[in-house]
Amino acid sequence: MSSHATATLDHHNDPTTSTGIPNKKLLMWAFLASDCMFFGTLISTHMIYRLHPPPGNPDPRAVFDIPLTSFSTFILLMSSLMMALAVNAIQKGNVRSMRFSLLTTIFFGLIFLGCQVYEFSHFVHDKGLTISNSILGSTFYTLTGTHGLHVLIGVIWLTAMYFYSFTGRVTEKQAIDVESMGLYWHFVDIVWIVIFTVVYLLEYL
Amino acid sequence: MDATVKSSFIAEQPKAPAKPLVLWRPSAKTGLISWLTTVDHKRIGIMYGLFAIFFFLVGGIEALLIRLQLAVPNNDILTAHQYNTLFTMHGTTMIFLAVMPLGSAFFNFIMPLQIGARDVAFPRLNAFSLWTFVAGAIIVNIGWFLPEGAPDGGWFGYAPLTSKTFIPRHSIDFWVMGLQLLGVASIAAALNFIVTIINMRAPGLTMMRLPVFTWMTLITSFLIVLSFPAITIALVELMMDRQFGTNFFEVSNGGMPILWQHLFWIFGHPEVYILILPAMGIVSEILPTFARKPLFGYPIVVFSGACIGFLGFAVWSHHMFTTGMGTVATAAFSLATMAIAVPTGVKIFNWIGTIWGGHLKMRTPMMFALGFIWMFMIGGFSGVMHSAAPADAQQQDSYFVIAHFHYVLIGGSIFALLAAIHFWFPLMFGRKVSEFWGKLSFWAIFVGFNVTFFPMHFLGLNGMPRRTFTYDGNMGWNSANLIATVGAFILGVGIALYFAVVIYTFFKGEKTGRDPWDGRTLEWSIDTPPREYNFAVIPTVHARDAFWYEKHHQAEIAKEKAEHAQAEDAHGGIHMPFQSVWPLVASVGALIGGIAACYHNLAWSLVGLVILLAGIFLWALEGADGYHIHLDKDGNILDEDAHAKH
Repeated sequence: MSSHATATLDHHNDPTTSTGIPNKKLLMWAFLASDCMFFGTLISTHMIYRLHPPPGNPDPRAVFDIPLTSFSTFILLMSSLMMALAVNAIQKGNVRSMRFSLLTTIFFGLIFLGCQVYEFSHFVHDKGLTISNSILGSTFYTLTGTHGLHVLIGVIWLTAMYFYSFTGRVTEKQAIDVESMGLYWHFVDIVWIVIFTVVYLLEYL
Repeated sequence: MDATVKSSFIAEQPKAPAKPLVLWRPSAKTGLISWLTTVDHKRIGIMYGLFAIFFFLVGGIEALLIRLQLAVPNNDILTAHQYNTLFTMHGTTMIFLAVMPLGSAFFNFIMPLQIGARDVAFPRLNAFSLWTFVAGAIIVNIGWFLPEGAPDGGWFGYAPLTSKTFIPRHSIDFWVMGLQLLGVASIAAALNFIVTIINMRAPGLTMMRLPVFTWMTLITSFLIVLSFPAITIALVELMMDRQFGTNFFEVSNGGMPILWQHLFWIFGHPEVYILILPAMGIVSEILPTFARKPLFGYPIVVFSGACIGFLGFAVWSHHMFTTGMGTVATAAFSLATMAIAVPTGVKIFNWIGTIWGGHLKMRTPMMFALGFIWMFMIGGFSGVMHSAAPADAQQQDSYFVIAHFHYVLIGGSIFALLAAIHFWFPLMFGRKVSEFWGKLSFWAIFVGFNVTFFPMHFLGLNGMPRRTFTYDGNMGWNSANLIATVGAFILGVGIALYFAVVIYTFFKGEKTGRDPWDGRTLEWSIDTPPREYNFAVIPTVHARDAFWYEKHHQAEIAKEKAEHAQAEDAHGGIHMPFQSVWPLVASVGALIGGIAACYHNLAWSLVGLVILLAGIFLWALEGADGYHIHLDKDGNILDEDAHAKH
């Protein structure tokens, strides 16, 4: 495939592809479309069972801790900001700045995961909501757990990229690798906004 | 080619530091290692095909055992349990391990050639799809060799029938885990195809010039990407129920069995189109080639395919008319189902329009393609009957439904795939099936198929239920069942003959040169069998039937190709990806972890997970490296310029 690339890299147009969209970006978008359906199915399951609670199903309002979850939601949103800064930095070839932003993103991601671990153990031990003792527990833990798994995978990916950057092989030319990681991270973040709204806040309407 | 590879064309890169041993990249071109580590879409396609044919024969033997049991009333060749196992495994095998991967074989082998590409967008991801498919296939079938036995909950696995209460054996855990891995494999492959078709088209190959088979590959890939998550989550929920005691389908704690049905069929109905759209694409390639005419109404055929893809997501509840969804839902799904017959019918008319007035060459692939139109139409007619909810209430769970979907799946999908094997065999292996034996196997299959499944329409309307291992002699079903069993064995002989002929042809068949059928699309413009780099020069496309245009504008094309060859050589030659061992390692990790998770064995699950993650990590670390080759005038490789790039 012939290339007409010029000396300065254009991060929004890849002349080697038919559409100008880099392959890795298109792959990530298509994957995220698929992931939408994964979360869509899980969220639907939760919403359907929310409308058909069996007798004795715990009242979600007695279980949820909105201030804590609001805090972790805010932290996750801020991690998206740092992720965006990381992508911006590497697109300008600023590896040191990218590293700092990645580290902050990882840190915020870990705080979110820590909050979730605390929330789960709090719900199980203090509120008596387990994965098997009610339909609410089953759908809630499976849905938010799947989201937590996505965050964990994101944190592992970010950490790998952080350490890899010390080999000197993450340069402006590899910006697409950071960018597609960023797409994934923002998606996981957006999904959380949906989950926070329809799983948590909806109960207080 | 991704952005990192592109950069190497700009300027000579500093030599990459020597890589540690762990990033060793195999370079064998022949032998077992070369096949296990290949990233060549053609080899991956061939392996998909071989696995699919193997499982197709396994599923066929399962079907013959089922028919043997039903040959006469009150037969006791099989126990009820064995019968359940066989119909479960027959359905699962044929859908997930035979028809889908056989379609995938052609997506892999043919689609990149049709768009003038040298490989798919992500060659190593493609290898991962193949090996993960194999891992899933092993897990689904592993029960045959274990005391648990093979899965016996039906291919639809209706919960709570498949819950621990009713089937405590691990057989269902294997089924659940195997299908999840098959889902991962299918989604990864489909993502790859989407990127390849959208981004790797040759210059001038606009979307509305794509061959119809490539279009159907694209639509099928979107269906896979969007529908497999539904079944994967349903399987996750079932797995959570079985392994961790959740209540998704546990009625005593508020679980609703109807949820499984909805989630399963939200996947299950698009799956029907995942099975038939590739077949429609194949037929849309074969008919114009042998009718010596362009495809009639190309844009309409493409849009009908897309329309079927969209509507396919809106009709799933017609599998559930008898569950009591309420009149509004039933009416809506009934209407949507009737609507989907319109684009399907449009395609049929376009195919008829293609052969109308054509100069028909009745070669073996054409026989199968014409058989497809006719048989698929019969399946379509009975499908339209089901779309009327009151009629469906009578036909539900009867042999009428069995007759219907075997007409669309065998008469439709399988006929087209068998046509495709004959059609593209000369391209893949440079040999051609003898017309006499090819046509003989066609007639045996055609007759056997109709004798087997046509009587089932009557059996169904006379009330014979599905999934029942035997029946009484006084129901009036005896003769039709006996006829169906005789037909099944004729069909079995036909299929055996077909593959015997194919194997013979592979070794001893008549040799063919380039373009034996006088084809229209780009895959015929290259050597047979294709070289590993596919195209010596990336073609420029000037018309819809690109190769046909090339054949009629030879001087213009030759000049253009010479210019492009020079330009490409100046840019460093043809880029080829290195082979890689890590996709295989990652899939082996998934296999180990998958089996261990079925047994709830934490230690081995973690071992599998670590292997999987290590495989993915090293796969990322080794990078999308490759080497460059230069060709002489006959397309032989002059030298390999193996500088690794990062």
